[in-house]
Amino acid sequence: MTIYTIAYKNLLRKKTRTALTAGGIALSAWVLATLLGFNRGYQQGLNKDIDNMGFQVLLTAKGCPYEAATLMLKGGVGLRYMPADVVKTVFKNPEVDKVTPMLMHGVFDPNKGENGAIAAYLGVDAASFPGMKPYLDFKQGGWFTDNQAYEAVLGYEAAELEQREVGDKLLIPGVARDIRVVGILNRSGTQDDGTIFLPITTVQNLFNRRGMLTGLGIRVKKGADISALENRLYDLPDVQVVSMAQVKSTIMNLVNSARVIVLGIAGIAIIIAMAGVINTILMSVMERYAEIGIIKSMGALPLDIFRMIWMETALLCGFGGAAGIGLAFVTARLAEAAVRYFLPYAPNGALVALDWRISGFAFLLITAGGLASGIYPAWRAARVRPLEAIRSEGE
Amino acid sequence: MEKEIVISAVNISKVYRRGSEEVRAVDGISFEARAGEMVAVVGPSGSGKTTFLNIIGCLDNPSSGTLQVGGRRIFGGRGELSERELTLIRREMFGYIFQKFYLIPTLTVEENIMLPGAFYKAPGAREVYGVMKSLGIERRLRHFPGELSGGEMQRVAIARALVNGPKVILADEPTGSLDTRRAEEIREILRDLAGQGIAVIMVTHNTGLARSADRILEIRDGKVHAA
Repeated sequence: MTIYTIAYKNLLRKKTRTALTAGGIALSAWVLATLLGFNRGYQQGLNKDIDNMGFQVLLTAKGCPYEAATLMLKGGVGLRYMPADVVKTVFKNPEVDKVTPMLMHGVFDPNKGENGAIAAYLGVDAASFPGMKPYLDFKQGGWFTDNQAYEAVLGYEAAELEQREVGDKLLIPGVARDIRVVGILNRSGTQDDGTIFLPITTVQNLFNRRGMLTGLGIRVKKGADISALENRLYDLPDVQVVSMAQVKSTIMNLVNSARVIVLGIAGIAIIIAMAGVINTILMSVMERYAEIGIIKSMGALPLDIFRMIWMETALLCGFGGAAGIGLAFVTARLAEAAVRYFLPYAPNGALVALDWRISGFAFLLITAGGLASGIYPAWRAARVRPLEAIRSEGE
Repeated sequence: MEKEIVISAVNISKVYRRGSEEVRAVDGISFEARAGEMVAVVGPSGSGKTTFLNIIGCLDNPSSGTLQVGGRRIFGGRGELSERELTLIRREMFGYIFQKFYLIPTLTVEENIMLPGAFYKAPGAREVYGVMKSLGIERRLRHFPGELSGGEMQRVAIARALVNGPKVILADEPTGSLDTRRAEEIREILRDLAGQGIAVIMVTHNTGLARSADRILEIRDGKVHAA
């Protein structure tokens, strides 16, 4: 028999109390692992979404993008536009490798959802857009034949939502022309999954936006100075330059700020669990005061008693921590669904990205916290004087 | 041939302060115990029997006097032994038996007996199965204390006291919680232990148990009344 056996068996003495304490530890481990996983998943998703845009710089018409988004949500008529000939101007810059013009148009669809919603259509250039997004592959069909064709390519989720297959017609509210679905994309885990793509000239013609663009994606040559290009683009009239690197950096800064809050919440959970551990182990020591005295009278040294009590804490925290992390893995998808419910514009991909590093870190943190909280009760137990302890039982 | 002296206490006193009052729990007791000797310490409640037993068992310090255990000076020398040294002496020399048994309820009989072995290498652990058989508890190894009778629990406590191979067994009212029949069994066991060369020093109110001892030390008001 070893000290570990005694420690383990002692934990079974008050099963409910042990279970509740381990449950508290498990809960804090679950919170910690899930929050860390969420933080990591969100960052990864955001990175992927921005990287998968296929371009490093986006040119849009000057104006407040938030205002544009609000107007678009109210009827799709508030978007700002820039002239299509900006493409030629941009191309004159030596750093530019490729450009792809885009025209976004939103239409209110009364049949969408319970009360109707905005259906957005992205007009893209059949020649340049596919080259910007080489990772997009087709489940069915392919890209449009030309920029004036009345054809559509649907992202994976858009096709599911619209229940369309290649060859089906796509009905756009207020548009008399039939649009034929020519391609359905495989799932890419990006925002493209929910997008309906049309040829850019078709969108310009259908919605009377000839010669207008809402955005221009710019891919920069390898090794080229992006900052120099951005500085020159800033001088163009009526356009604003959105650097994807800046966007990423800004959002990441926000995410990092959120991480401090998130870790603060996890810290509170850990402190509560630690208080539970101190309470449980201290109660256990007090209940066994005489027993500890007897063990010391039999020749156990203070360090032996310290180890025995500390081992109980380690077992409690180890078991609780492992259970909590297991729970975090099991409920990761559930937590993700909850996050998506509250944050519908969260990045694509797994939002709670748990792996062995996060699990290991959470486990170590919980166990270390638990062991730290076990020091005081173990020290108290180690200081028990055999005679006083035996006498206390007799009194 | 006389057997070796395992305990030698000279003029041991223990004085407590209770407020302004000075209480002499043990008042100048001198005592010797030899290997294989069975000594009963008797006297009325509060006479200082248990305090004396605790002092010679190195669980309590005397206020004055000298104590030697196994030829080694414990109290009354130039320097006091540290808590660690006292623990090591207890480990080497003593086995303790208490009225309330103090078995750990979550451990089986076997685990309770082997408990000292969890903290250090107990020399008697190898022979423990033989001891359990001699005590008649070998069939109760997997049982928990709650499943045993009082007599069985005390036998388990005796087996546990023997695991470290003690030279002295100190028993404080070992039959205090037992009926007459079980008390008789325990008396036989303690007698056997003395026969094996272990000094058995027991505090008891049980006159039958006291009579079975080789020697009776009667304490009254902290002093030896008769020996």
